[in-house]
Amino acid sequence: MLSSVITRRSMEIAFALVLIAMGALAIQDSLRIGAGWSSDGPRSGYFPLILGVILILASVGNLVSALATRDAAPFATWAQLRLVGSVLLPTTIYVAVIPFAGIYLPSALLIGFFMARFGGFRWVTSLASGVAAAVVTFIIFEIWFLVALPKGPLEDALGF
Amino acid sequence: MEEIGLLMQGFGVVLQPQNLLLMVAGIVLGVIIGVLPGLGGANGIAILLPLTFAMPPVSAIIMLSCIYWGALFGGAITSILFNIPGEPWSVATTFDGYPMAQQGRAGEALTAAFTSSFVGALFAVILITFLAPLVAQFALRFGPPEFFAVMVLSFASFIGLSKGSPLKALAAMMAGFLLAAVGMDGVTGTLRMTYGSMELMRGIDFLVVVIGLFGLSEILVSIEEGLSFKGARAKLSMGIVLQTWKQLPKHWALALRSSVIGCWMGITPAGATPASFMSYGVARRTARDPESFGKGRIEGVIAPETAAHAAGTSALLPMLALGVPGSPTAAVLLGGLIMWGLQPGPMLFVEQKDFVWGLIASMYLGNVVGLIIVLACVPWFAAILRVPFSIIAAIILMVCAIGAYTVNTAEFDIVLMLIFGVIGYVMKKLDYPLAPLVLALVLGDRTEESFRQSLLLSQGSTGVFFQNWLCGGIMTLAIGIAGYPLISKAVGLFRRRELKPAQ
Amino acid sequence: MLLRRHLPALAAGLLAAPAVQAQRAWEPQRPVQLIVPAGTGGGADQMARIIQGIITRHSLMRQPMMVVNKPGGAGAEGFLEARNARANPHVLVITLSNLFTTPLSTGIPFSWRDLTPVAMLALDEFCLWVNAASPWTTLAEFVAASGTQRMRMGGTGSRQEDQIITVAIQRATGSTFTYVPFRGGGEVATQLVGNHIDCTVNNPIEAVTHWRSGTLRPLCVFDRTRLPGEGRITETMGWQDIPTAKEAGLDVEYLMLRGIFAAPGLTPPQLAFYSDLLGRVVATPEWRELMATGAFNTTMLAGEAFRAWLTEEEVRHRSLMQEAGFIGAGG
Repeated sequence: MLSSVITRRSMEIAFALVLIAMGALAIQDSLRIGAGWSSDGPRSGYFPLILGVILILASVGNLVSALATRDAAPFATWAQLRLVGSVLLPTTIYVAVIPFAGIYLPSALLIGFFMARFGGFRWVTSLASGVAAAVVTFIIFEIWFLVALPKGPLEDALGF
Repeated sequence: MEEIGLLMQGFGVVLQPQNLLLMVAGIVLGVIIGVLPGLGGANGIAILLPLTFAMPPVSAIIMLSCIYWGALFGGAITSILFNIPGEPWSVATTFDGYPMAQQGRAGEALTAAFTSSFVGALFAVILITFLAPLVAQFALRFGPPEFFAVMVLSFASFIGLSKGSPLKALAAMMAGFLLAAVGMDGVTGTLRMTYGSMELMRGIDFLVVVIGLFGLSEILVSIEEGLSFKGARAKLSMGIVLQTWKQLPKHWALALRSSVIGCWMGITPAGATPASFMSYGVARRTARDPESFGKGRIEGVIAPETAAHAAGTSALLPMLALGVPGSPTAAVLLGGLIMWGLQPGPMLFVEQKDFVWGLIASMYLGNVVGLIIVLACVPWFAAILRVPFSIIAAIILMVCAIGAYTVNTAEFDIVLMLIFGVIGYVMKKLDYPLAPLVLALVLGDRTEESFRQSLLLSQGSTGVFFQNWLCGGIMTLAIGIAGYPLISKAVGLFRRRELKPAQ
Repeated sequence: MLLRRHLPALAAGLLAAPAVQAQRAWEPQRPVQLIVPAGTGGGADQMARIIQGIITRHSLMRQPMMVVNKPGGAGAEGFLEARNARANPHVLVITLSNLFTTPLSTGIPFSWRDLTPVAMLALDEFCLWVNAASPWTTLAEFVAASGTQRMRMGGTGSRQEDQIITVAIQRATGSTFTYVPFRGGGEVATQLVGNHIDCTVNNPIEAVTHWRSGTLRPLCVFDRTRLPGEGRITETMGWQDIPTAKEAGLDVEYLMLRGIFAAPGLTPPQLAFYSDLLGRVVATPEWRELMATGAFNTTMLAGEAFRAWLTEEEVRHRSLMQEAGFIGAGG
């Protein structure tokens, strides 16, 4: 078995802490906008306050039970994380680029990249397929359904 | 009966070749937009509405309602194949539909989904045909307190169902409620938990979360086990349709119950989403072995699909009879009716008989035609799973991004989808159940809203929830259902202690 | 098949092109986005899609029009997007009351002055409705009753037009109303039919069917003049028979703007193209039919008169919202 980098226990603890932080944020905001019960029912912050408190209580419970275990079971192995990262990283770049380059060009590149990297297709074939997919998407959305998706300088230069 | 005669006239209108052609075109378009998440239902119909502007009203509504049927059918496809619900009401279908696809039973799951959709819709159409005025009167009894009671009932039928740590289920549910509360408070217009961010003012849309939490995270989870999708072994023949049909009749009671739940939710109008969750919850509760749900039970596909379509179809009834849309999609159709100079409401049935009965006839035919088309395509849909991972994964990612974007036309929603994809991955690995989060997220807003509306009406008195038999009855039922597992568990625990005194 | 639908339009456009070109100095070079600062299915969305449909059907423009919903931030997002598209002649936005209310209630700084006003297409009317089974047959009786019992007013959304009218009624009558927000006009009307609330200020189009079926009753219209209309809607009454609020002794007036704005920094020829286009849209039979069924106020304003109207309305919204305590800064 490969050595694990992150134990399940530490992940449990981290996630519980995230939820506790979320609950705390909710409580803080609810108190700001008023969490009481006015003459005609609860105010805006009433429910979020209660929800925040329950979330914190439940997460503290989860935190305690995670702390109590001495189990070193893995959350994921290095190899697994590397695989996940190999999809997550390009996807993150894809999402980050969309506001600047529109959705079509990054989609073409993403599809091309996946095909070449994971499918072992030739780069020319992969990129051509990516471009084809993007063009089909463009025709379906922008021309048939008249739905405007994010567009970048390339589409701008082409007059759309 | 008068209705039958009118219905036959309606069939006469629908069976004109031109209308039949529009029907098929509508179904096909509907399936396409149903498959694309974010574009289905309301958005899709709104987009296609101006195209029907030039047609006579009957033809236009036939085409639009067929798009609607198509979208309803199509929503199930991505849920089953990729765990990406194309529509909110397809979420419950993923619970068992996706595991079935993973086991190589995609064809079976799709056939069951389409067929039960058809059964649910048919049940609702029959209801509309014969009981429309009566049912419309029933819908009028539902004010905010009754609506709140229905919401509580939805939650009650679902609570206590998740396996694993109850604390985790509770935390997930609370997180869902909190996410639903982000943005503008519908009752007072106060901004909640936006921290001055314009992007958060939009609120966190249910579909964006679900696309990330279910679809994207599924890609991440499945990639851990190598760069492939499971379920590529799916059988690709029409035989699978017939085989599945053979085992469907024995689930008639389930289908009937789900249809009733669906029609009730569609008319009141709570909508298809709570209907699908409630129906799934009830199916699981009444099953002899609830533990096997979520692992690929065919009942887990039949129940939500039947209810969702019964609700989706019966949602058209209050729209036609009262002018109240029972779903966002019905709201868009309502706009369409007004555009053609038709005034939905009590007078429509009296003054526009041709139109109303043409529409009802098209519901019958549209569903039959739709069922034939989608069933014929089952092997094709299932074949998608055979496309190599390296090709399909990136296309799914693109479709997810487009879906997240089109919900609110917001680029930030794509980022949000990515974040929820990672959160979903972590939650799945840590055995946090996703269903309570999703249920709370989709119903949280409306539940709080109806609670506060009720208290505004009663000027702060909580007695309003037991003010009449209808509301009080639903509330009592909800409390009973919610309490039942606790009681039975307590009794069980007590008995076990008695049996094993040594422990 | 959708492509095929567009082809005749395209062909017609090409044939007519030389003549059109001579008249117009500028026309859109790419698809025109019509931003709706609200979700799908609402009044503004419906109107936008009707405009889109009319333009497509009558081939009024060579480039297609795309309707884009930007409901975020109570519509602020849609307005900001239009504002940020400075000098882009392919961005239009259709307005509803949130043009005035959103900057006040959310504290997001924008106003109509950030955009180029093109034209007011119509004004949405509001009527006061009660259940036909209620004892109030005139506005005077209703006002008198509101002094002794707390009226439950249903409306669409919060801190928007319906609630503002409610505040204005409170100011004029001195009575207190309980305002209960719902999600849409149709839902509000049904709640009134089902007797869950006491009154509403629905648009005519949202409640007319219930009026005709004898379940709702209009008491007044919140306009300076009576609604246009001939003939009868019910056995005894037509739109023109509903008294104005002022006639009936309540000094409340409210109309909601249905107007088209363009991105800031448009050149005069570009502006001229769009005013001309909208002029053609409102001249179509489809548009007139919509105006008639919805009993809209069909006042059309452009240029200086429109600006003056906008200035006045902005001030009025501020005063009403201030009084109601709806002004917030992200609060």
